[in-house]
Amino acid sequence: MLLEVRDLRVEFETRDGLVRAVNGVSYTVEAGRTLAVLGESGSGKSVTAQAVMGIIDSPPGRIAGGEVLFQGRDLLTMRPEERRRIRGDKIAMIFQDALSALNPVLTVGYQLGEMFRVHRGASRAEARARAVELMDRVRIPAAKERVDDYPHQFSGGMRQRIMIAMALALEPELIIADEPTTALDVTVQAQVMDLLDELQREYQMGLILITHDLGVVAGVADEIAVMYAGRIIETAPVRELYKRPAHPYTKGLLESIPRLDHKGGELRAIRGLPPNLARIPSGCPYHPRCPLARDVCREDPVPPLYEVGPGRASACHFWKETMGE
Amino acid sequence: MSDPREPILEVRDLVKHFPLTQGILFRRQIGAVKAVDGVSLRLYPGETLGVVGESGCGKSTVAKLLMNLERPTSGAIMYKGEDISKLSGRALRAVRRNIQMVFQDPYTSLNPRMTVGDIIGEPFLIHPEVAPKGERRKRVRELLDVVGLNPEYINRYPHQFSGGQRQRIGIARGLALNPEIIVADEPVSALDVSVQAQVINLMERLQNEFNLSYMFIAHDLSIVRHISDRVGVMYLGRVVEIGTEEEIYRYPTHPYTQALLSAVPVPDPVASERRERIILAGDVPSPANPPSGCHFRTRCWKAQPLCAEVDPELVVPGHLREAGLPVAHPSACHFAGQKPEVTAG
Repeated sequence: MLLEVRDLRVEFETRDGLVRAVNGVSYTVEAGRTLAVLGESGSGKSVTAQAVMGIIDSPPGRIAGGEVLFQGRDLLTMRPEERRRIRGDKIAMIFQDALSALNPVLTVGYQLGEMFRVHRGASRAEARARAVELMDRVRIPAAKERVDDYPHQFSGGMRQRIMIAMALALEPELIIADEPTTALDVTVQAQVMDLLDELQREYQMGLILITHDLGVVAGVADEIAVMYAGRIIETAPVRELYKRPAHPYTKGLLESIPRLDHKGGELRAIRGLPPNLARIPSGCPYHPRCPLARDVCREDPVPPLYEVGPGRASACHFWKETMGE
Repeated sequence: MSDPREPILEVRDLVKHFPLTQGILFRRQIGAVKAVDGVSLRLYPGETLGVVGESGCGKSTVAKLLMNLERPTSGAIMYKGEDISKLSGRALRAVRRNIQMVFQDPYTSLNPRMTVGDIIGEPFLIHPEVAPKGERRKRVRELLDVVGLNPEYINRYPHQFSGGQRQRIGIARGLALNPEIIVADEPVSALDVSVQAQVINLMERLQNEFNLSYMFIAHDLSIVRHISDRVGVMYLGRVVEIGTEEEIYRYPTHPYTQALLSAVPVPDPVASERRERIILAGDVPSPANPPSGCHFRTRCWKAQPLCAEVDPELVVPGHLREAGLPVAHPSACHFAGQKPEVTAG
């Protein structure tokens, strides 16, 4: 197993009180596979990834429990310098906003080359050559001429390619991509997703794709974990999740989005709002919005992740009903 | 296009160029960003006209021009047959009452220091004739109720609301003056997926209730299909294809529309494997220096020398005319034609 997250908990100390952003998340990623973590804002999908990367601001953030096993070793209990080495070498992250993730006063060639100088002890000339190679690899046209350009001189799609190049530089075993195409236009998004997909196959990397977009997930993921209020509420192989969701929230999401292939009637909106993480509802956190909610749903404890099929789990007491069994 | 209906709003050959200047003391114009480069659109009473396109295509500038927040470089904006683009003062205010806007970002478009009651009631200060002073609070409460918010919230501040609720406040403000037309620029794209549907449903309900005409500007093609009666596709300052929702989504004939539709990720793993996708090369060129002829030709797989020389007009292509509707609808391409395997179904 490449990565195994076990019962991860992350909290933030805020003026509103203790915000429980991640409440016992477990998932696994295998080499060469793509796990999509799907959720809306505040679901904890990004915080989980930040905890894996060890880039949670602390304070106010705090990892309150759990394990993050990378190739069997717990990143959370490792010495900081050891962890930093793994993070640079074996795990890389791609952020949503390439413009703020890249340093605006350094050329992209310098920033790409830095990876090789710092981690591989390469010389300046060598690092620069490798930077050009990487830019070619992610299909930036005229890489040789553009290696000395600054981030703002590139378009959004090209900047995201540079981010991908940077993530790939040291040939990591795991890439975490946090909304990598959300800021991009549709036609550019397709280019970038295709590139990511192709590179992942080629290098047999594990990929965690964090997104809110049910469409992006459908195209590239192998497995999906749906998050809500800091928990995983459903996991499934991608096809099965879309065909027969086992949690009312997943089902509600799929039913509420308009379709490209037909106009459709009134949208079946999910009522209410995602919960405030400082005041998560008792029992199942989705119960105030759920059409199936009954008394048992309002009572603690939170519903466990029931096994509902091979490789599938749902944190709903009424998963059978949801799946229409 | 011979439509028997009278448009309530029409733009004709609308052009907006933003000058690019150099020098501080002697500012010389060295070029222009051609944000809107000859756009003609018609909005009919009670319908929703969707305008789609990627960033930089000029769709938001069109919205600003319609609202008279920007003055066009040339062209006309006709409201019920009268050109409003050159109006000012009282005459402009009178027209504006009937055309209101809903903005994208519910976080920055509401003044954080004003209560919800003051925000929604502010239009009455400019148009006191709509609601006499004593009745304004009552009217605001009604508006809150209409958009599905508790009228008791009238004294709360924007930060006490979620994004979806704030967008409802923005819609309530837009409705305050009983407008005929609402120009909505990306009204749901800042909202969570589960909340988008609520706001879309609300907008559709209000349209029926108040017989509103919507200009719905967005980049999300699925949402635009759902809400629109007709759709215009924009690319680099121009409308490249326009037609009914069915004509555009099922029978697109412009290569850009086809590429755009094929690139939309669909929430269906089986369909997304089967779909043939057109991956366009490169990025949208800069609107400061658009390609000659057809603006799309630099990324188009059908491009011929003709495309660089002759601007294709937005008309029903001659060679498609005998195909009849729905294939024969205005498409600004010399080689317009169906590519059935990429339609949205």
